[in-house]
Amino acid sequence: MALTVVSQIFPREMIPAVLPLIEDKLQHSKEIIRRKAVLALYKFHLIAPNQVQHIHIKFRKALCDRDVGVMAASLHIYFRMIKENSSGYKDLTGSFVTILKQVVGGKLPVDFNYHSVPAPWLQIQLLRILGLLGKDDQRTSELMYDVLDESLRRAELNHNVTYAILFECVHTVYSIYPKSELLEKAAKCIGRFVLSPKINLKYLGLKALTYVIQQDPTLALQHQMTIIECLDHPDPIIKRETLELLYRITNAQNITVIVQKMLEYLQQSKEEYIIVNLVGKIAELAEKYAPDNAWFIQTMNAVFSVGGDVMHPDIPNNFLRLLAEGFDDETENQQLRLYAVQSYLTLLDAENVFYPQKFLQVMSWVLGEYSYLLDEETPEEVITKLYKLLMNDSVSSETKAWLLAAVTKLTPQAHSSNIVERLIQEFTISLDTCMRQHAFELKHLRENVELMKSLLPVDKSCEDMVVDASLSFLDGFVAEELSQGAAPYKPHHQRQEEKLSQEKVLNFEPYGLSFSSSGFTGRQSPAGISLGSDISGNSAETGLKETNSLKLEGIKKLWGKEGYLPKKEGKTGDETEVPPVPQESIIMENVDQTIIKKDQSQVLTQSKEEKEKQLLASSLFVGLGTESTINLLGKADTVSHKFRRKSKVKETKSGETTSAQNMPCSYFSSSSDVTYEDDYYLDTLQDRGDKELNKFSLNSELLDSESLTELPSVEKLSSCTLSTPSLFTDDMEGLHSPSSTAASVANEISLASSLLEETSEHMHSDLVEVCNNETISVSSYKIWKDDCLLVVWSVSNKSGLELKSADLEISSAENFKITEQPGCCLPVIETESIKTFQYSVQMEKPFTEGNLFGFINYQMMDTHSVQLEFSVNLSLLDFIRPLKISTENFGKLWLSFANDVKQNVKMSESQAALPSALKTLQQKLRLHVVEIIGNEGLLACQLLPSVPCLLHFRVHGDVLALWFRSSCSTLPDYLLYQCQKVVEGS
Amino acid sequence: MIQFFLMVNKQGQTRLSKYYEHVEINKCTLLETEVIRSCLSRSNEQCSFIEFKDFKLIYRQYATLFIVVGVNDTENEMTIYEFIHNFVEVLDEYFSHVSELDIMFNLDKVHIILDEMVLNGCIVETNRARILAPLLILDKISES
Repeated sequence: MALTVVSQIFPREMIPAVLPLIEDKLQHSKEIIRRKAVLALYKFHLIAPNQVQHIHIKFRKALCDRDVGVMAASLHIYFRMIKENSSGYKDLTGSFVTILKQVVGGKLPVDFNYHSVPAPWLQIQLLRILGLLGKDDQRTSELMYDVLDESLRRAELNHNVTYAILFECVHTVYSIYPKSELLEKAAKCIGRFVLSPKINLKYLGLKALTYVIQQDPTLALQHQMTIIECLDHPDPIIKRETLELLYRITNAQNITVIVQKMLEYLQQSKEEYIIVNLVGKIAELAEKYAPDNAWFIQTMNAVFSVGGDVMHPDIPNNFLRLLAEGFDDETENQQLRLYAVQSYLTLLDAENVFYPQKFLQVMSWVLGEYSYLLDEETPEEVITKLYKLLMNDSVSSETKAWLLAAVTKLTPQAHSSNIVERLIQEFTISLDTCMRQHAFELKHLRENVELMKSLLPVDKSCEDMVVDASLSFLDGFVAEELSQGAAPYKPHHQRQEEKLSQEKVLNFEPYGLSFSSSGFTGRQSPAGISLGSDISGNSAETGLKETNSLKLEGIKKLWGKEGYLPKKEGKTGDETEVPPVPQESIIMENVDQTIIKKDQSQVLTQSKEEKEKQLLASSLFVGLGTESTINLLGKADTVSHKFRRKSKVKETKSGETTSAQNMPCSYFSSSSDVTYEDDYYLDTLQDRGDKELNKFSLNSELLDSESLTELPSVEKLSSCTLSTPSLFTDDMEGLHSPSSTAASVANEISLASSLLEETSEHMHSDLVEVCNNETISVSSYKIWKDDCLLVVWSVSNKSGLELKSADLEISSAENFKITEQPGCCLPVIETESIKTFQYSVQMEKPFTEGNLFGFINYQMMDTHSVQLEFSVNLSLLDFIRPLKISTENFGKLWLSFANDVKQNVKMSESQAALPSALKTLQQKLRLHVVEIIGNEGLLACQLLPSVPCLLHFRVHGDVLALWFRSSCSTLPDYLLYQCQKVVEGS
Repeated sequence: MIQFFLMVNKQGQTRLSKYYEHVEINKCTLLETEVIRSCLSRSNEQCSFIEFKDFKLIYRQYATLFIVVGVNDTENEMTIYEFIHNFVEVLDEYFSHVSELDIMFNLDKVHIILDEMVLNGCIVETNRARILAPLLILDKISES
């Protein structure tokens, strides 16, 4: 009874205290006690797997127990463990198969039978384990075919529980490596289920079919009619399951019907959970397979009106993006948009219909953007409709903001706009600050029709949905202020960085660009950038990063980059030029800037409005791009001449960079950017090449100044390249990769050699072969570096042929952070040579054991590519390093840690003396011996990156009292286990 | 995995409830009423599995008593369906012709039986003789 209680309510902290008692019980003569003990251990395994890992061997004993109950109990533990890591238990497949064979063959005592079926639940459990083991593994699966066949045959009895077994069998058959005969039989079984008049069986059949259909869609064809019948079944649960099934087999041809059925079901159901789920599925399908525009819009309308406000926010967002970005075909886009607008107008025409807020928001956005496509209806009419909605009390203020934005967008197209005026009047006195804000914006814009038209052009929404995070459009304003003597603003962290960077060789000077104004409105963009030198470098960088993270396709990256030019320190002074601002545009600019400021502050403060504002902000800057870019480039051209002279000096210094130059150049020629005119582009290409060269020479100089072997320096290097090329290119990401690879190419040799040196410096494990075939063999070893674990795979080519494009990839694992060391992709492995690949591994969260999976791809001379998979086992021990601290600090740390574990261990005779015991520990576990005082010893270690653990040892006769303390709760348990192994084992 | 085990009568009164995953007490009652409502609303012709929120309900009716088991979606429904029957058979053997009253007045024993059969959400014992063995020993002790 006590054991039952143990397995029900038990705190993990008490496990070490009780564990030995329970372990004793495993040897008890009564099978019921043994069974309970195993179950208690199962519970322990559930709550703290690492505390029972040393008794895995005992689980094996339990599995082989002569009593069925004990064996069955141990299956639960194995199920759990296999689920977590199936590869570790492949060797047990044989035993599971034998057990199942015995059970199926009726070798169990009769009292285990349930309705004359031998131990059905046991069978199901075994089948499940086999399914997990055999997944994608042909060899293991082959072991099972016989017994599965047997179970399928035996389970012919007409009883519910046999159906349950059959279902599990089918499941297993389809999850393991396929075998045609078994699949056939399983398919037959499913057919029987689905056709059965019993409703529960039908459900089961459908469920099995849903599972199977992913692998074998033809099966659905056989049961077409049954599925159709099930669709009209009176029981909603059956219907639901059928829909789930249909969802899996949807394709472009049947989408209309399936979505139709789904919508029907949707309209009947009331439960929120079901609605959310189903709406998501419909929207996903509709986006994937929509046959035509009209249907798509209608379906989405239905989804929005039913799903309403409970649905996932991604759905409307995706929908809008689809509309805005469109497909490849422009006319198609126009049609889609036109149809959307028309359908929304008809929907709005209907009186007294309530639409969900989200739907209204979508409508207002679409109407605002695309109603210019309409021929017969004027913008005024649309505005009128929106106005009506605005006056409606049931509309939430968030939706009202959307509506008002739509009105703003429409205003420039409308000719007479009494209604807009009325609207402005009404909302400028609104209590809602956000609405008032919008109204004022609209008012100001209306006062200046010319400006408004340029700010709110037609159909530009998707082209530059970029909010400039670095606020560079305010730079003009800032420049003006600066010229009047204001101090430049420096954020705290930049001020610190500035101090640091002043000591460096490189400096990025600001270069104020003046360009002739051409009566161009709203030109406060990249004009004069006059922040402090390093700051501009930095802010451009951060700005860019944020821009990139917006992940909008087809972005013109126009803002906040063009103004920066790299210069050598001392060559140019502080050349902060203030752009001459034309008289006539000053007023406009002021108006504009206030609006922008408002915008910006709102973006920050009111996240609700964010999207809204993004749209507005983006449309504010439409059309600025091309002209100013050209202006800038004209300027940049002259600058590049200056550069050329300098770069020639550098050229001699940096021999390597010439090869690196090719890469960016070829990149440039492949990329074509719309904003540049082609002929000009070609002209500047040469210039750019020079500049690139210059850039690399700068890099190499930086390289000289930094130590080559440190990784951080490579990071710095790439961050430098990140900021430098911002002048020359619009696509940061594109350039970043070639330039950094180029840099790493230059670095590769020195890095490789230095790392090999490290191999000898640090402790490392032996070379173990992880996988091989007739041509190559892969071996790996670990280097326990001070700051990380370096795993080295060395690939040796055994054949007499050259291997092409060999590439080793390590799949990312949950618990690890893996960083690739440079030089991992090799174009060619020569005959009978060895190449090494290095990966540094960091542990993200503590665990006891994990596998690192990877594969290697290579190509033989004339055959297609071959892939070879392998895995390397990593344990926590690989991440433990000595922690060198003084006794004093040890004392302090000891008191500060909360998690402690104590245990007594018997020492083997060979190391009865404390110092020798500690020495073995130090060697085997990489611990640091802090001090030995009499019969007590202090040790310390840390788990990478920095989780310390302190150990205290005391000897009484041949018993060693271990006491662990750490800030991490799992670490002491694990270390205890390891120490135990070392002390007892040797 | 089994998440909870409920015994409810037709009037909606809970006779026994056991949770294998932590649920707050006030949420328990809410959950129970919803579960019962959805079970009671179903007819004999309808299937005995219900998808309910993110888990599944499997229920069986014995006279006026419903037994409802909530499982997550990794479980085989039919297994549970038969397991319920197995449980009732065990009760029947112990109480000989079990009725709702037996369960009401011997709740402790029913709990012991259930604990023997289900642990941590797993079915651990289905052998009738073995399930009842500890209970019979207890009875013998209390008699003497």
